[in-house]
Amino acid sequence: MSSISLKNRLIEDVVILENNEASSTGAQSVAPDHSPREAYRVQPAPVRNLGLGTLQELGTLGRIQQFLYHQADLLDGKHWQAYIDLFADDGVYWMPTSPEQTEWLDSPSIFAEDKSIMEVRMRRVTHPNAWSQAPQWGTSHVVSNVTIESETDSELVVRSRFHMLELRRDAQRYFGGGYRHTLLKRGGDFEIKLQRVDLLNAQAIFDYVVQVWI
Amino acid sequence: MQPISRLVDVDRVHRSVYTDPDIFNQELEQIWEKIWVYAGHESQLRSAGDYLTVRIGRQPIIVVRGPDSTIRALYNRCPHRGVQLCGSRAGNTGSSFVCSYHAWSFHLDGRIKGIPLSRGYEGTRLTPENPDCSMRPAARVDRYRGFIFVSLADQGPSLLEFLGDARIAFDDMCDRSPEGEVEAVPVCHRVVQHSNWKFFMENQLDALHPPVTHQSTGVSAARVERRLREAGATPPLYYHYLSAFASSFEKWDSVQTVNLPRGHGILKGYMGLRPDDPDTREYVAAMHRAYGRDTAEKYIGRSIHHVLIYPYLSVQSPLQQVRCLRPLAPNKTLSELYLFRLKGVSPAIARRSLWYYNLVNSPSTMINADDLENWTKGQWGLESKGGDWVSFHRNFGGDTEEGGVLYSNSGTSEVVMRSQFKAWSEYMSV
Repeated sequence: MSSISLKNRLIEDVVILENNEASSTGAQSVAPDHSPREAYRVQPAPVRNLGLGTLQELGTLGRIQQFLYHQADLLDGKHWQAYIDLFADDGVYWMPTSPEQTEWLDSPSIFAEDKSIMEVRMRRVTHPNAWSQAPQWGTSHVVSNVTIESETDSELVVRSRFHMLELRRDAQRYFGGGYRHTLLKRGGDFEIKLQRVDLLNAQAIFDYVVQVWI
Repeated sequence: MQPISRLVDVDRVHRSVYTDPDIFNQELEQIWEKIWVYAGHESQLRSAGDYLTVRIGRQPIIVVRGPDSTIRALYNRCPHRGVQLCGSRAGNTGSSFVCSYHAWSFHLDGRIKGIPLSRGYEGTRLTPENPDCSMRPAARVDRYRGFIFVSLADQGPSLLEFLGDARIAFDDMCDRSPEGEVEAVPVCHRVVQHSNWKFFMENQLDALHPPVTHQSTGVSAARVERRLREAGATPPLYYHYLSAFASSFEKWDSVQTVNLPRGHGILKGYMGLRPDDPDTREYVAAMHRAYGRDTAEKYIGRSIHHVLIYPYLSVQSPLQQVRCLRPLAPNKTLSELYLFRLKGVSPAIARRSLWYYNLVNSPSTMINADDLENWTKGQWGLESKGGDWVSFHRNFGGDTEEGGVLYSNSGTSEVVMRSQFKAWSEYMSV
């Protein structure tokens, strides 16, 4: 064939742009009641009801530890909205590809998500036709080695380490690494301004992918 | 094993081509270890001694830049006792390769440099002049617009002949830079697919699956995109990248595929990468200055969604994404996911491709999570006795042929798979 003909043909433009909730989209247009998986079972969020006295007794380090454990609990319990709510309005969840990486705007990351993108992810995994959610899966996090790196009147920088075991269908995977939280002080509680997650296996071969935050 | 002609019909194939270990081994021998396989980009090898290790079929290969600036490919094997000479995926080896076992050393072109206590070889058959004393070179290395390919066969089509018109993949990528070049971003995500490599290749130009498989992500991104817009914000372009996946069946059906010889193919359709904003206007102006208005408009306006270099490379050239397959077993395929950066564009333009890489091609992908689930289940289905044939009947007989190229009259036509298997049969029947 002549290359000219191919090049001409490549100029005819079809732009994939339209209302993307079109009725003839996806499995629901074929079978509205179909879902490949069980409805999302929302368990009650873990109780974290600390009285003022306890808060004071815990001290800063204790309160930080309780906050980090709570965050891990929310992940393991799939309380996605409550998890997102731990972040400040302009908060960011960031998983770089290497420990040397210093920014996410101009270098690839595994996650670099503001709350709006986190909402897309949450809506995706809770959608009735999220096929990858059909196999049962769950995680178990352990957070430890909590260290306060620095503190100002309004912020704390906290490092910790985590281990996470995931079971999906019959496959078990193991993830580990470090968290570095930049926390905004909110009374006795905190909001996450930035959570950096340095996954030890960030550039290893992934057997399947990671569907939610670690 | 049955003859290939019994396994591939014009409109269907036998399931064993996805599952049979003998067929898989034959594929490695007759396809991967003969054709031109992608090995890396020259921007990854800037200085003498810079190397990459890569798997070509079953063969471990080192690609290295020599002191004369030539890029060569050598088997990663010491000729002495077989130990691999490079143990990392990339690095700089200095002026020589040195074996970690007995310190045999080699020039960067693979020639023997030194053997400790070499008088021990006096009077033996192994002399330094014997080619068996040097690292074995791969048969052929060539480059196209900076992309390095290796072929382990002395004979066969040249790289340009192999790529054919599918070289538009690299032209389209590079032409979108005002400097006409791209450079590799030094990150490579690797994800294992628990499926035969063919699932991925078929999927890449399968325009019917996006609104089904990716509906959850498309719809979710569209909702958040709309909410942001209603709140008066301008949602970044990456919401559209995701929401476009949930476009209607009819929309996807309107996107034509171009099916080239050797199984290569193009899915047309442009993802709206040219919004009217200051960043885009500045980019377009730079392109006009670099190439003149007409040529620049031709480059920017190309309607390409994906280009496939059969049987292992998927190039999303408008967003500079490259996915490369390394088959490991009939039911196991390693995918390597690369991003390239357009030289001479602003950070704002580069970020558009970066976000696509993060959201679609990183290990946290909101798209491939569902593809991988399909392919795993597909592999399991084809390993079963629930049926012997895989159907590619959609729009059979309804395609337009022009000079050996099949143009689909409907985006969702399974001409893509029919064309791939035609090429596959040709490779396998030699």
